Amino acid sequence: MPIRYQPADVDQTHAGWELLPIRFHRFDLSRVLLTNMVGEHLFVTGEDFDALMSGALPSDPQVRRDLAGKHLIRATGEDVPVELLAMKTRTRYRRLAEFTALHIFVATLRCEHTCQYCQVSRQSSANDRYDMSAETARRALEATFQSPSRAVKIEIQGGEPLLNFDLVRDIITEAQVMNVHHQKQLSFVIASNLALLDDTVLDFAAEHDVCFSTSLDGPADLHNTNRPRPGRDSWQRAIAGIGQVRDRLGPDRVSALMTTTAASLTRVRDIIDCYVEHDLRAIFLRPLSPYGFAARRARPTDDVAHWLAFYQEGLDYILELNAHGIPMVEHFAAIVLKKMLTNDDPGYVDLTSPAGIGIGALVYNYDGYVYASDEGRMLAEMGDTTFRLGNLHANTYTELMTSNALLEPLEMSFTHSAPMCSDCAFEPYCGADPVFHHATAGDFLARKPESAFCNRNMGIFELLLDRYHSDPQARQVFQRWANR
Amino acid sequence: MIPLNGIATASTISRPLDRNLWLITSQAIDQAPADPPQTSRAYLVAENEQPPKGFGLYLTDSTQLALPEGLPAIRLPASLGYLTAGDVIRVSPDGRHIRVLWRHRSSQNSVLLTERCDNYCLMCSQPPRTRDDAWLLDEAHELLRLLPAATGDICFTGGEPALYGNDFVDLLRHCTRRLPDTEVHVLSNGRRFTDAAFADEYATINNPKLMIGIPIYGTESGLHDYIVQAPGAFNDTIRGILNLAERSQRVEIRVVLQKHTAPSIIRIAEFIARNLPFVDQVALMGLEPVGFARSNLPEVWIDPIDYQEDLADAALLLAGSGIRTFIYNHQLCVLDKRAWTFAVKSISDWKNEHDPICETCAALEACGGFFHSAQLIASSGIHALDLEDARHLTRSSTDSGRPSIWRAGIESKRVTR
Repeated sequence: MPIRYQPADVDQTHAGWELLPIRFHRFDLSRVLLTNMVGEHLFVTGEDFDALMSGALPSDPQVRRDLAGKHLIRATGEDVPVELLAMKTRTRYRRLAEFTALHIFVATLRCEHTCQYCQVSRQSSANDRYDMSAETARRALEATFQSPSRAVKIEIQGGEPLLNFDLVRDIITEAQVMNVHHQKQLSFVIASNLALLDDTVLDFAAEHDVCFSTSLDGPADLHNTNRPRPGRDSWQRAIAGIGQVRDRLGPDRVSALMTTTAASLTRVRDIIDCYVEHDLRAIFLRPLSPYGFAARRARPTDDVAHWLAFYQEGLDYILELNAHGIPMVEHFAAIVLKKMLTNDDPGYVDLTSPAGIGIGALVYNYDGYVYASDEGRMLAEMGDTTFRLGNLHANTYTELMTSNALLEPLEMSFTHSAPMCSDCAFEPYCGADPVFHHATAGDFLARKPESAFCNRNMGIFELLLDRYHSDPQARQVFQRWANR
Repeated sequence: MIPLNGIATASTISRPLDRNLWLITSQAIDQAPADPPQTSRAYLVAENEQPPKGFGLYLTDSTQLALPEGLPAIRLPASLGYLTAGDVIRVSPDGRHIRVLWRHRSSQNSVLLTERCDNYCLMCSQPPRTRDDAWLLDEAHELLRLLPAATGDICFTGGEPALYGNDFVDLLRHCTRRLPDTEVHVLSNGRRFTDAAFADEYATINNPKLMIGIPIYGTESGLHDYIVQAPGAFNDTIRGILNLAERSQRVEIRVVLQKHTAPSIIRIAEFIARNLPFVDQVALMGLEPVGFARSNLPEVWIDPIDYQEDLADAALLLAGSGIRTFIYNHQLCVLDKRAWTFAVKSISDWKNEHDPICETCAALEACGGFFHSAQLIASSGIHALDLEDARHLTRSSTDSGRPSIWRAGIESKRVTR
């Protein structure tokens, strides 16, 4: 059969081509990273990039095909790439129509721990004026059920919420009663150090399908130094609590969260080993928070390089574990990879744009004040009420959600219009964090080169892309994480 | 290889037959009255049987020397001796030429609707012709009238069946009415569905058992349009797929692995996962070296052994994205073991064969085998698997949580997650 057309004959870019909206990042000496509107990426050589920027197509037909297939260029006037981009963009932002899936109830500020990094101003265990009242809880639930989100997660935290367990019980049972009418996909999490876990709590959790989230900073010595309590047995109690929840409620009903301190930075393998040893198959290697007591005490997060070294060592160790058949997941990487490799944005509060404040989570404080995020509440405890949206006893849900305290930082920090974000190749993977930047730089945006948030995230994005392209085994692990 | 054509070795036909398609019936099966009427049925006469009167045609197999007297009868050639009640044949008016259109014992019957096509693929196994063959569509309607409601699967193919426009939709509607419980597969290049009104019309068929299989051969027009030898085809096909998806129609993406697509298979998998994640399934298919693939062999052939790692990566990527994924037309001994769990015995039984080298293979039963046409050229990686390999087969299937091809055995065509 005669071949009618040679590849060049059907190459539509012959008639002319144009760039689609792209962003770039000079990745290393030989490679330039290109990303399209929705975060699909392609590495090209410096030469090909220069050609492209001067209006010429790279000579290698495969590079031209990759550019077109990744929706970085199109033949002039070609509609289909734009339709596909539109579809992917719609998919990425569809979650916005259903805002505020997470509702955080601060049941009490009391706590029997005295953690150095605690993000709330702890109060002594005996002082019940820091407990949420039944009336405040009722109003918080009313606000919760006004959210358009079909899935609603109620997270009850403190302080140590088990110190005010009667209220915890009331919130959960009342929410279930209200949900008969509202028909949301309702779930409950108690964020607790588990030190006070007992059969009453477990019985109730079993009956009402409640999950637990706890703190585990790593090995006993590190954890107990970070988290002092009378008896210096925080770690032992947390481990015992994790076991009890598992035995009673099932293996997936408890998750653990670690907080990074200066003492953690040299011990990432120990920390991960501790998680593996206790059968916790996911870890969140978090940066140290700049809020709460932590910010006032020692140096906060500005040593990004140290933290990134910690993160990189941890990530590589986790990849090594996976290669040996231990399916450990690093949560932050999984969030970024979902944004990098799929059209989904998991809407993680600290890494999404528009920012997750208010529309990703609402915080109902014990005293009835409502905050746009937990960090916003922390700032208020330190005297800065910028992110206070109003009070449950004085304001309606509409007033809270249309308050300037919410809308202004949302609009100001939106990455598509933020200086240096709007033209950053990593914008689709990143997010807006107006609370962090307000706390560290005094405005919602900050200058990105000086932002620890920006520097840290850029480092992570580069690390993940490097491993994705240099290590086939990492690539498969990453694909699994992205599609969790 | 099961022959589908034959020439009658004897005949009593004295005047032209008044119909072309015949549903074979025999004493052995329950004689359901009326539908389809006896006049449209060919009675397969058993040895020494005095056949009942009233059938439009009588068949004897090659072992019987006498044809029933005074009845329109033909003797089948030995090669068609496998025909039994429930099969459908086309017989030329003079009773000489016989074409098997339906074998009821096969789950892989496909019905050719036209040889016309607006693509001209380098590796087309059914090279397009331009002549008007709309009689094939009439014949398909007639075939539908002869098939029992219990039919498991039917596949409509071409050429490009959607070139018939609304007449094609009418056929599928007819099929849905006649065979509401049958899995219906249509093979199309999808271009016609660019027309939203046509896609609307197709959606009105409203058959949940209908799936349309559409090939894409690249991530952009350059490669795809070259392979299908039709400028503009890629954009038509993608928009067609989007139009079908918007109307909640079930779509399968097919990718034939050949010299130009195989090196891009990971890119294509990424493209599908990112741009077409809503499709129902993806089939990654080995090349069938017939038709244009045969005449263009140097331009399309690649030894499958050369793309195995990428094929496994692509299949894992697609499956990881939540898309049901199959690998068709590959021998297990050539496939990367990571890909075994996706392998399906897809080669139609009538053109499936094994190589003498396979006789000692421990995985023969689970293997898809070869196209008959693989006599022309086959992978240099063909070898008999030993028991150790076969154990891996069981293990890999179990690990993935998918039904195993090993255990699913012969009828694994509809492996589901």
